Amino acid sequence: MSTKTERIDRLAELTARTDEGGHGLWYEAFRRLRRSPLAITGAVIIAIFVLIAILAPWLAPYDPASQLWLSEIRGSEGFIPGPRPENWLGVDGLGRDELSRLIIGSRQSLLVGVVATLLGFTVGAILGGLSGAFLGMFGKPGRWIDSVLMRFNDMALAVPSLLLAISVATILGQGLVTVMIAVGVTQVPVFARLLRGSMLAQSHSDYVLASTALGVRKKRIVLNHILPNSMSPVLVQATLSLATAIIEAAGLSFLGLGGADASNPEWGVMLADSQQYLATNLRLAVYPAVAIIITALGFTLLGEAMREALDPKLRK
Amino acid sequence: MALLEVEDLAVTFQRKGTRPVHAVDGVSFTVAEGQVVGLVGESGCGKSVTSLALMGLLAKRGVKVGGRALFEGNDLLTMPNSSLRDMRGSEMAMIFQDPLSSLNPVVPIGLQVTEVLKRHRGMKGEPAQKEAADLLDRVGIPDPRRRLKEYPHQLSGGMRQRALIAMAVACKPRLLIADEPTTALDVTIQAQILELLKELVAQEGTALIMITHDLGVVAGLCDEINVMYAGRVVEAAARRPLFANPTHPYSVGLLGSIPRLDAPKGEKLRPIPGSVRDNIAWVDGCAFAPRCAHRTDECLDGPPALVQTYTGHSYRCVNPFTSDEVEAAAASAPILRAPAIVDPSTETDGER
Amino acid sequence: MLRYIVRRLLQLIPTLFGLSILLFAWLHSLPGGPEAALLDVRATDAKRAEIRSALGLDEPLLVQYGRFMQRLLRLDLGDSFTTGTPVMEEFGRRFPATVELTIVAMVIAIGAGIPLGYLAARRHGRLFDGLTVTGSLLGICVPIFFLGFILKAIFAVQLGWFPSLGRQTPGIDATRVTDFYVLDGILTQEWDASWDALVHLILPAIALASIPFAIIVRMTRASVLEVLGEDYVRTAEAKGLRENTVRGRHVLRNAMLPVVTSIGLLTGGLLSGAVLTETVFVFGGIGSFLATAISNRDYPVLMGFIMIIAVIYVLINLAVDLSYSVLDPRVRVR
Repeated sequence: MSTKTERIDRLAELTARTDEGGHGLWYEAFRRLRRSPLAITGAVIIAIFVLIAILAPWLAPYDPASQLWLSEIRGSEGFIPGPRPENWLGVDGLGRDELSRLIIGSRQSLLVGVVATLLGFTVGAILGGLSGAFLGMFGKPGRWIDSVLMRFNDMALAVPSLLLAISVATILGQGLVTVMIAVGVTQVPVFARLLRGSMLAQSHSDYVLASTALGVRKKRIVLNHILPNSMSPVLVQATLSLATAIIEAAGLSFLGLGGADASNPEWGVMLADSQQYLATNLRLAVYPAVAIIITALGFTLLGEAMREALDPKLRK
Repeated sequence: MALLEVEDLAVTFQRKGTRPVHAVDGVSFTVAEGQVVGLVGESGCGKSVTSLALMGLLAKRGVKVGGRALFEGNDLLTMPNSSLRDMRGSEMAMIFQDPLSSLNPVVPIGLQVTEVLKRHRGMKGEPAQKEAADLLDRVGIPDPRRRLKEYPHQLSGGMRQRALIAMAVACKPRLLIADEPTTALDVTIQAQILELLKELVAQEGTALIMITHDLGVVAGLCDEINVMYAGRVVEAAARRPLFANPTHPYSVGLLGSIPRLDAPKGEKLRPIPGSVRDNIAWVDGCAFAPRCAHRTDECLDGPPALVQTYTGHSYRCVNPFTSDEVEAAAASAPILRAPAIVDPSTETDGER
Repeated sequence: MLRYIVRRLLQLIPTLFGLSILLFAWLHSLPGGPEAALLDVRATDAKRAEIRSALGLDEPLLVQYGRFMQRLLRLDLGDSFTTGTPVMEEFGRRFPATVELTIVAMVIAIGAGIPLGYLAARRHGRLFDGLTVTGSLLGICVPIFFLGFILKAIFAVQLGWFPSLGRQTPGIDATRVTDFYVLDGILTQEWDASWDALVHLILPAIALASIPFAIIVRMTRASVLEVLGEDYVRTAEAKGLRENTVRGRHVLRNAMLPVVTSIGLLTGGLLSGAVLTETVFVFGGIGSFLATAISNRDYPVLMGFIMIIAVIYVLINLAVDLSYSVLDPRVRVR
């Protein structure tokens, strides 16, 4: 055998197909995410936000509740000191340091977002999961269960989300917890529909057919196969929901339903309170608003990037 | 002068962050008036891209097109867009592989036909409707008047392809390009569609470029056949010589891989080993070398030059099959008995 | 086709029925009990007991529900605490304002959103596309009342180009016909009144439109991108049709289908967004009245308004669903 032929044979080996399969959806999605500028920006923003929230007490220069500079305001006919060396973002209407309030406020906002989304996710996933599982795998009686559950869902969907939140908040009374629950409730139908649809689609897949044909018990198929494979759109939605939760919470606070707690500032409440100073001190509205916008944007960017990365249609 | 002269057509796809893909790497062939020319090859050999390049249907971004494609002397590749647009549908037309996805689902069939008539022949209103119905009738769609108002999803696969053919020939194009028109259809419908194409081509004197991976289709239809591999034409010949004397190992392999009903029982199928991805680049040698049973050291010296024989048969190979070898191979495998496949005296060629 | 419509209308009934149950449950979960909906917070215990027996609150729930349904079907939603007038009347009085606002907002969102989404899709992968996508994501993330603040502060207060509140400049001479101010002006040919009303609508409409605009841009872009890759667009190009024809008949006709359906859903967002926007601009529609009802704990108004809005939302979505079968022939028949 001449060297040339050896070369050819080796070339043939080299150009032989490398097995691209075998990597899961998640692995490929993660790789794609790493390269996406959208995802990276979103992730960075979220990381900063979480970091600030965790380290808040140590980061804030002053106690957010202490009205250290109140006397300054009272004295000068509504003039509120703006950014200056001792108050980087200036002072708010009651003489408190704006920057400290913003930093400490991140904790509340994070809490609201996370709890509301968790609530929506959990209840919605149970509702939707049961629906989807029964509908897909259990034939006629399954359809009945699905109709009943979905009726409730449609009811909740019939009311636009903010109004639904208002209704819930009215029953529960003012406060941060109310906001969390109210916003959480509005997220439930979204998650329910999503997981149900996802599971339904999965239950029509070939691998489910194959498993059933092999005699695998339905419960096992649902829990071990359908459910894990249906999770990706739900996770995307969870990320996006966090953003929505923060914004809706701000809306509720604006309407007076949020927790008006002096010592525990929250961005939405800060924004609502700033209304009275709009004509003279717009920046009091801008600071919390920008905080809300950037944080929500971070989650939205990541969520959208995740959605694109997990889209099976885009897989090579 | 030939109707279409393609010289060294090259199409390269360049996307950010990936290596450039030479989908078409120097393809040349000619199409004379009224001639039926076949472009044959496996998926990925560049035959579809060639036709899209000729029609100017490739995307602008990330795509580089080189070479010349002279349609009656005018280079299609450098023509301004507006002129090309005027020519599409009227001088040159194309039909594609999947008839369902090739039709607009929300527009009635009639309108999809009359819009071509309006654009290139200025026909409107009732005359256009009548002409559209006539066209549908000509391609063999029953009850054409009613069909005009129907939507694509209401027609069967064969009828959709016929409708697409009607739209393509509506303005009596000089050149028709058919890209795997029957691949997505049932075998029985396949034969009908091919018959229809044959008829139309003969009646109007339209030239036809038939793109397919199916040698059987080509055997029954084409005057000239170009076998493509990895973006180049590796063998070109008239129909009979190609089937009687396949020269390039790839062609031999293709013919040898066709299963036959009259093969002895238990006889194994003979595919070409490897796949299209096992190529090397033409600059390094013959792209087919890794899969070639006939390869020698010379095959890696560089791209094999085009050899033209005096019979008009050309091939790109430094170690082609001789006619003796073909005979010998035919003896052991009944498949290569070429005359049985191509029989000019019968209507339907061969057994398919 | 008709049977389909009838069937969908019949499906409405259980939904509306369910809504009424929800409402009833809501009523009974209010702090202070359902009588709170008819009582002032300062009522004495005696008064409370009186109302309770008058309302039959000591009777079994089912009976109470029956009466509740009766009232609902008579469209009697009770009276507002704060004004004393029937809730229905208050709604009717303010509804035109919100409708005008919503329509203008929708027009802005669609009129600007669809072309932008289309252009972004055509310029996929380039700067314009990236900017549009980021911009639309930003649009969803900005709280609309904050946007309202900013618009007001810049364009009304600072620049004075637009009025900062209300529906019409006080003192302007305008005859009322339908209570749709812009329309009224046109009907009575009082053009300046019409224009004045329109000018008052612009800023709140822009704020309100921000979210639907962002969503429409994204949906249109995604839809157009998908359609552009479809074979039938290639066929249209192969036929040599003019660009306008390809774009209009082949690309947009198909790309618009999913966008149209979501317009129905978006109106829900518009209706709830109106609550926030109208408050910022003191617009005097159902939104601002609802907001004041919240702070006043005016339960009848809260319940009534939300119920009516929910019903409207359901009907709009039904209409959009039905229209889908007109637009997409594949859905028709059967």
